[in-house]
Amino acid sequence: MQEYVLETKGLGISFGGLKAAQDINLKIKKNEIYGLIGPNGAGKTTIFNMLTGVYKPTTGTFFLNGEELKGLSQEKINHKGIARTFQNIRLFNNMTVVRNVMVGLHDRPEFKCSLIESLLRLPRHFKVEHAMRERAKELLDIFGLLEDRNNLAYNLPYGKQRKLEIARAIATHPKLLLLDEPAAGMNPQETAELMDTIRFVRDKFDMTILLIEHDMSLVTGICDNVTVLNFGMTLAEGRVTDTLNNPEVIKAYLGD
Amino acid sequence: MDFVLTLVNGLSLGGIYAMIALGYTMVYGIAKMLNFAHGDIIMVGGYTVLIFLSINPILAIVASMIFCLLLGIVVEKVAYKPLRGASPLAVLITAIGVSYLLQSLALIIFGAQPEYVIIADLGVLNIGEISIGYNTIITLVSTVIIMIALTLFVKYTKIGRAMVAVSEDKDAARLMGININMIITITFAIGSSLAALAGVFSLLKVPTITPTYGSMPGIKAFTAAVIGGIGSIPGAMVGGIFLGIVECICNSIPELAPYTIAIEFLILIVILLVKPSGILGKKRREKV
Amino acid sequence: MKNLAVTLKKVKWKHFINYIAIALVIAIFTPLSLGGSLPLTSRLLLEKIAMNILLALSLSLVVGFLGELSLGHAGFMCIGAYLGGKVALLLETNFNGDNSIVPFILALIVGAAVAGLFGFIIGLPALRLKGDYLAIVTLAFGEIVKTVFENSSEGTFGGPKGLKTPRFDNIYLFIIGFFLVLLCIFIIQNLIRSKHGRAITAIRDNEIAARAMGINVTKYKLVGFIVSAAFAGAAGVFYSFANNYVRASVFDYNYSIEILIMVVIGGMGNLTGTICSAVAVTFVNTKLQTMLTGDLAVLKDIVYALILVVIIIYNNAPALKGFREKYNFRNLLNKLFKPKSSTDKDDEGAWHRVPTKIAMDEVLSIDLKVVESTMNPDKEDKS
Repeated sequence: MQEYVLETKGLGISFGGLKAAQDINLKIKKNEIYGLIGPNGAGKTTIFNMLTGVYKPTTGTFFLNGEELKGLSQEKINHKGIARTFQNIRLFNNMTVVRNVMVGLHDRPEFKCSLIESLLRLPRHFKVEHAMRERAKELLDIFGLLEDRNNLAYNLPYGKQRKLEIARAIATHPKLLLLDEPAAGMNPQETAELMDTIRFVRDKFDMTILLIEHDMSLVTGICDNVTVLNFGMTLAEGRVTDTLNNPEVIKAYLGD
Repeated sequence: MDFVLTLVNGLSLGGIYAMIALGYTMVYGIAKMLNFAHGDIIMVGGYTVLIFLSINPILAIVASMIFCLLLGIVVEKVAYKPLRGASPLAVLITAIGVSYLLQSLALIIFGAQPEYVIIADLGVLNIGEISIGYNTIITLVSTVIIMIALTLFVKYTKIGRAMVAVSEDKDAARLMGININMIITITFAIGSSLAALAGVFSLLKVPTITPTYGSMPGIKAFTAAVIGGIGSIPGAMVGGIFLGIVECICNSIPELAPYTIAIEFLILIVILLVKPSGILGKKRREKV
Repeated sequence: MKNLAVTLKKVKWKHFINYIAIALVIAIFTPLSLGGSLPLTSRLLLEKIAMNILLALSLSLVVGFLGELSLGHAGFMCIGAYLGGKVALLLETNFNGDNSIVPFILALIVGAAVAGLFGFIIGLPALRLKGDYLAIVTLAFGEIVKTVFENSSEGTFGGPKGLKTPRFDNIYLFIIGFFLVLLCIFIIQNLIRSKHGRAITAIRDNEIAARAMGINVTKYKLVGFIVSAAFAGAAGVFYSFANNYVRASVFDYNYSIEILIMVVIGGMGNLTGTICSAVAVTFVNTKLQTMLTGDLAVLKDIVYALILVVIIIYNNAPALKGFREKYNFRNLLNKLFKPKSSTDKDDEGAWHRVPTKIAMDEVLSIDLKVVESTMNPDKEDKS
């Protein structure tokens, strides 16, 4: 049994001369909810992009349950068990809500159905389609989106779009879920609900969660540990309350 | 000696391509769209010259530039502006529609038969064994002048710098108080009048015109813009000249001549695959 | 829930409407043709219609569902026409113009397969390039194909004079054409209405998100291009049989645009609409050709160009969004035919909706209100 679900070792990337992130060493235990915080431009989303294969790290590497994933394509990394949401929501806008989630279910082994089987409409096609739809509905129910399932994703209000993104990511059945500012644009009540939902899915789907967030009420509310980034480097890490009271961190956020 | 002549012809053809490519590259840089109808503006310019030629050649050239300038603005306002913020696919198809419309209109007004537009017989300059048409020289010199003027315009005038700002980041430019719509209009105006001028120079080279006159040079000039690096003014020059020389060299070799277009497009495809940012273009990273 | 039975019926009907329509055409015209009461001009028109439906449907897969603009569709057709014609020529000794369908089928397989192979080749750049650049690559591809066939030696593909192919001169040709259309509908519709089609539409809507969801973008883009090219190739083979003459200059950029016009008028991503518009455009073109002569025939091109621009602006202009959602054709139909019906079962209509990519990121980064204002309570489907 691996001690850590996600472990990064000296992870870093530079664009031209700019070191967007360097020497990032995250250690995230199973079923943990881990926060990644820091001022704008600190390199948080860049780390997500490296962990999901959008960017190839220039230095260091990372492991999911002990398996090195550095250098794999985005698709492969997803199949290995990392799913994410996006800071600037990226839904399949012209598809309905339920179909968005069904895309997330696409590569799950239990819904395997070859192109030929679909083209020839063999029985498995119908079985798989039905099963996928039912599973998608279950997921939507968790996020309170069942009623909206036949609406176009584009027409959902902002908060629901964020939730749909999470539902879609969970549909890929990840071991590690990366949430990029899940509470952005939500009011305090919605944020509180979101916190419950995140805990619920963590327990139900036996996941580990790494999240980026600016809303400190959410971070203090659900995160076990945090890493604070500034200028692409780790400023502090540890238990939430201790870390947030670290004078270095306060300085980074509020200035001198 | 033949080779020198080929080279000079290539340079002047390249100059024409460069002039058209400028329109593509500026519009692409600023409006982020491939203006498919740009090539057909050349054709419209050519026919305008034809109409006014009987009065006075200089007047005809000026009239064609003014008419194309207005046409460029109208096309932008009517067809492209409503689609700002819409999908690139929609904008592209609209541009194709506009191109198709201009060609069909020309066809119904002027007919499919080629018209002869002899603006002026400029004569030939003889240097030793080589004879170079004055039209070639004028084309080359004009291209260089235009290129320098445009570079200076972009660098040192307020509007020029606003153009750069818009091409870098539209939203930020808007927040800085730049009137995006006006900048885009000006870009289309400049590009279209340059296209008219390119039409004049190609008529000096080959004095016939048909309704589909602009489409091939248009696509080739886009190729030139891509080769040079889309969005870059010197890139348009480099790409245009490069393509012009390649075309003239291919045409001078009998075995290759029939495949000239195929070779040019093959170069385009290879460049797009290997270095989509072109020779002088900047690399853009999609933000995730 | 009491509507469930009705809804189910409706869903089935929707799935099969394309088949039923084509089958009806075959059922009506076959006896007419066999009875000898179908004039040659009608047969030729039907052949052309079948061919154009094939072309429009196959292009629709790339433009409407993959979301990429292909301006070289005629190039694939050209490959199919030449290859199919050549195969038929080679088999001509056993062919003799009788009713044997074997050479036709062999030609069809070869033509479609080679065109599909080129679809694969064009699909490769599509993995790296998008939008305008890819459109230019497809355009370049079409021109290259044309140039190569034009300059082929006389012994291989006839060179600039073209390739004389055996005309499959019998009354069955248009029927074969419509059976091809049935096959095309079967493949494309089943592809689109499956998890694989969903993956393709997901890539269209947001490629980065699709990748992050583990969708194999490479595979699905290539599948889209290959299937599309193969059917265009099949249409080309059909063309060579119907015309007994193949000349590369026919398959130019303008032909590609004509096919694109059919797809756009039919509604990108709407197969039934695409079939209807292919029929209408072909019909109008052929009728006008006999009615208008000379330059006047260009009038129709002007009209097409205007229609193209107007439709695209109407369907995509951000400013017209509210208007569009209120008064679109689908809502109108819904109001007319199924008042207050709530399709509980599935969201079948979704495949046909606004299929072009919407720059969501841009919208969001500018103003959240834009997103909220797009909510349309009329459209919500409460079940």
